[in-house]
Amino acid sequence: MIRATLFALCALVAAPAAAQVQIQDVTSPGGIDAWLVEDHSIPIVALDIRFAGGTSLDPEGQRGAIYMMTGLLEEGAGDMDAQAFAAAEERLAARFSWDAYRDSVVINAEMLTETRDASAELLRSALVEPRFDDDAVERVRGQILSIIAANAQSPEDIAPDRFNALAYGDHPYGTAQEGTAESVAALTRDDLIAAHDSLFTRDRVYVGAAGDITPEELGALLDRLLGDLPESGVDEIGPAPWNLDGGITVVDFPTPQSVAFFGQPGIERDDPDFFPAFVLNQILGGGNFGSRLQEEVRVQRGLTYGIGTFLSLADHAPMLLGQFSSSNNLVAEAIDVVRAEWADIAENGVTEEELEAAKLYLTGAYPLRFDGNEAIAGILAGMQQDGMPMDYIIDRNDYVNAVTLEDVRRVAARLLKPDQLHFVVVGQPEGL
Amino acid sequence: MSRLIGILALLWTLPAWAVGEVTEFTLDNGMQAVVIEDHRSPAVVHMVWYRVGAADEPPGQSGIAHFLEHLMFKGTDTLEAGEFSRIVEANGGSDNAFTSWDYTGYIQRVASDRLGLMMEMEADRMRGLALDPDDVTTERSVILEERAQRTDSSPGSLFNEQVRASLYLNHPYRIPVIGWRHEMEGLTREMALDFYQRYYAPNNAILIVAGDVDPAEVEALANQYYGPLEPTPGLGPRVRPAEPPQIADRTVTYSDPTVARPYVSITRLAPERDPGAQEEAAALTLLAELLGGGQTSLLSRVLQTEEQVSLFAGAYYDGLNYDDGSFTLVNVPVPGRSLEEAEVDLERMIARFLEEGVDAEQFERVKFLYEAGEIYAQDDVAGLARSYGVALTSGLTVEDIEAWPDVIAATTIEDVMAAAHRMFDDGVTVTGYLTRTEETTQ
Repeated sequence: MIRATLFALCALVAAPAAAQVQIQDVTSPGGIDAWLVEDHSIPIVALDIRFAGGTSLDPEGQRGAIYMMTGLLEEGAGDMDAQAFAAAEERLAARFSWDAYRDSVVINAEMLTETRDASAELLRSALVEPRFDDDAVERVRGQILSIIAANAQSPEDIAPDRFNALAYGDHPYGTAQEGTAESVAALTRDDLIAAHDSLFTRDRVYVGAAGDITPEELGALLDRLLGDLPESGVDEIGPAPWNLDGGITVVDFPTPQSVAFFGQPGIERDDPDFFPAFVLNQILGGGNFGSRLQEEVRVQRGLTYGIGTFLSLADHAPMLLGQFSSSNNLVAEAIDVVRAEWADIAENGVTEEELEAAKLYLTGAYPLRFDGNEAIAGILAGMQQDGMPMDYIIDRNDYVNAVTLEDVRRVAARLLKPDQLHFVVVGQPEGL
Repeated sequence: MSRLIGILALLWTLPAWAVGEVTEFTLDNGMQAVVIEDHRSPAVVHMVWYRVGAADEPPGQSGIAHFLEHLMFKGTDTLEAGEFSRIVEANGGSDNAFTSWDYTGYIQRVASDRLGLMMEMEADRMRGLALDPDDVTTERSVILEERAQRTDSSPGSLFNEQVRASLYLNHPYRIPVIGWRHEMEGLTREMALDFYQRYYAPNNAILIVAGDVDPAEVEALANQYYGPLEPTPGLGPRVRPAEPPQIADRTVTYSDPTVARPYVSITRLAPERDPGAQEEAAALTLLAELLGGGQTSLLSRVLQTEEQVSLFAGAYYDGLNYDDGSFTLVNVPVPGRSLEEAEVDLERMIARFLEEGVDAEQFERVKFLYEAGEIYAQDDVAGLARSYGVALTSGLTVEDIEAWPDVIAATTIEDVMAAAHRMFDDGVTVTGYLTRTEETTQ
C-alpha cells in the first residue's frame, strides 16, 4: 500500500510547489539596495546585513584583525561601554549577532516591531561608532587566544586548518581567520579601527530583510543604519592558488578516532556545468541518508557515524570537500571506500534512479528553505552577494530538473579526480 | 520598562490566525496529538515522540533506547531498510530522530500535502519493525563510532559524563544516553525488539504536527493512520529508581593532555518543572538568567568584565525533565588563574548575590527578554514544535506550557531570592575540575 502511495506522490513531486515568497527590490532614498519579503503575521523583522570580503581582507601581518574587530562591535559603542550596550540590547529585546567568515562578515538583527526604531539606532551605533575600549580589547583578545588554543587541541579544527594550509599557502584562505597567538597578540587598537574602516563600506554591503516592515520603513531604516558608511575601502584580494596533489597527510594526535578532511578543486557557480555538478555532489555525498558515500561507508560497513561532501563556492577557490570520523583502526578502510566511489562515479557516472532521487529531493526541499523571517533574510542577502537574479528562486528547480544522466556522466568525468583527492587525517590511524 | 511591558501585552492580544494556534486531541487508542499552525509557508513538521528514553532502559543495557532509534530506520514488514528515509527525501523532505533520557523522537519536514504519507510510514514502523540481524550488527558499529566521535574524542564530553554519573547516585539519569561503551558492545537485536514492543505504542506516543495544516484534517489523517494501532496494555506512569538523601559533597577531577581551556563546575540537584506547579522552576529559570545568563548577569559582569578573571562564567538551570533536574555554575578562568581560585570566585558570586539581591531594573529586563522570546519563537515553528515535545514528554500538559509565560511574569524578586536561598544555603554539591595533564619530564 505504501509503495502505491509513493508512486502517486512521486508523480506529484515532479511539479513541486514553488517557493511562496514575493521579493521586493527596495532602494532607500539614500541609494541603499535591499531585498525584502514583507510578512506581517509576527510583529518582528529580521535583517541580514553582510559585508563582502570578510576576514580575507586582513592586511599582511595582521591575521585575525577583522575577526577580532567583529567580536568587539557589541563591546561598547557611542556613549555606552560594553555593559551599557548589553543592557540596552536586553531592554529592547533586540537580538544582534556578528559572525565573521572568510568571504563576509554577517550581521543578523531581529527586532520587535514596537522597539524597532530604538533597536536600529543601537545597531547603527555598534556598526558605525564602536569604541574599541582598551579593557574590551584586552578581554576579547583573551577570549580569542583561548579559542586559538582550543582549536589547536581539536582534531575537527586541526584537519581543515591543515588542509587549507597545504592547499592555499600564503593566501588568506591558507590560515585560520582567528589568526595566530602571535598575530593576535600584536594587534593594536589602530589595526582594529583600520580593519573596521576597510570592511564596512557601502560598496560591500548586501541586505536581506523579512518580516513586519514596509518598503518605506525599511528604506528609512537603512539610510539611518548604513548611510554614514564611506563609499569604498580596500581593493579586492586575488584568487587562491591550489598547491595540493593527491595523497594522504597524517597529523599525529592522541585520540581514539581519526578525523579525515578531504577535497579537490571544485567548480564555479557561473560554470555552465554547475547544476550537473550540484546534482552530482548530492548523489556522491550530499543529503542525509541516501548518498553513495553514506551508504557505502556508514550503512553497509559501519565505518563512521556520518560522512558528507559539499561544493564549496568560496569566492577565491571553488572546492569539492568532505569530512568524516572513523576509529583509528577503521579509517584506512574508509578512505579506500571513498576513493573507490570517487573513481567509480568518475568512470561510470550514476544510475537513472540515483539521478531521479536526487532531483526529487533537491527540487522538493528548495521551497521548504523559505521558512521563517530569519531564514528568508539570510537567503536574500546571500543571493545578492552571489550575484544571483531575483527570479533565480523561480527558475532554480528548472535548472535542476534539466540535468540529464549524460550531463552528470560528463561532469563526473570532468570534475571527479581520484588521483587529486587529498586526505588530511588527524589522529593515530592504523595502516596509513 | 513598564511602557515596554504594556506594549508587549498588546502584542499578545494580536489575532492568532497566522502563527502559533495550538489544538489538542487524543485518539481512542490513547495517542495524544498537538497541532501548531503556521500558514506562512507550505511546509509541515511531523513528529512522533515516545515517552521513553535512556532513563527507562533495563539495567546493563545502557544505550538501547538510542540504538533502537537508529534501528527504526532499518525497515518494517512493508518497507526495506533505508526505504523510509529514501521516500522522505524523494518527496523533498528531510528526516531525523533523537533520543534523550525522557524521550525518543522522530521528525520529518516536508511539503504540507505530504503529511498523510509521513503518518502512514510512521504508523507503519510504530508496530511493524522488522530487523535483519546483519543490519543490527553493522548499525552497532555505527553507534560505537558515534560514541567515539561525540564522547570518547572529547575530553569535555567525557568530563560531563563523569560529573553526571556522580550527581545522580541512584536515578538512571546518571547513565549516558549513548550508553557506556562496554554495554553498547553487548546490545542485541532481541534487547532492541523487547524495548520496542513494550514502549513503541500509541498509548505511549505523542503526535506533533506543526505548519501549514488544518487541525481538523490532521485529526482525520491521524485517525486514519494511527487510529488502528493497538496500544500496549498495562503501561503505567514512568517510575524510575529515586535518589536517596544526598549527604556528601563530591569532587570529580578529569585530566587530559588535550584540554585547552580548563574549567570548574558546581552542580546541584534542582526540582524540575511539575505539572500544575511550575512556580519554583520559574524562579530558578530567572535565577539562572540573573546569575549567569547574558552579558549583564552577575557572573559575566563581575568575573568577565569588571575583574577580568574569567574567560567565561555562566549559570544553567536544567528543569525540563520528568524527574529531578540540575542547577550548574561554570567558570572558565583566564590563563594563570587556578581552578581552586575559580571555584572560590563562583562561591564569592553566590554569596554576593544572596547578600545584594536583585536590581529591579535588571529583573524587569530579564523578564521582558523572556516574554519577547515567546514572540521570536513563533518565527521557528519547528523549534516551537520541538519545545512542545520536550515539555510533554517531561510530564507537562499543554495547559502547563501555555501557562508558563504567565508563571514567569508573576514571579517576583522575593520568589527568586527565596529559591536562591533554597538552592544555595545548604545541600550537597558536585564540583567538577576539568584539567590539562601536564607533560612530565624525567
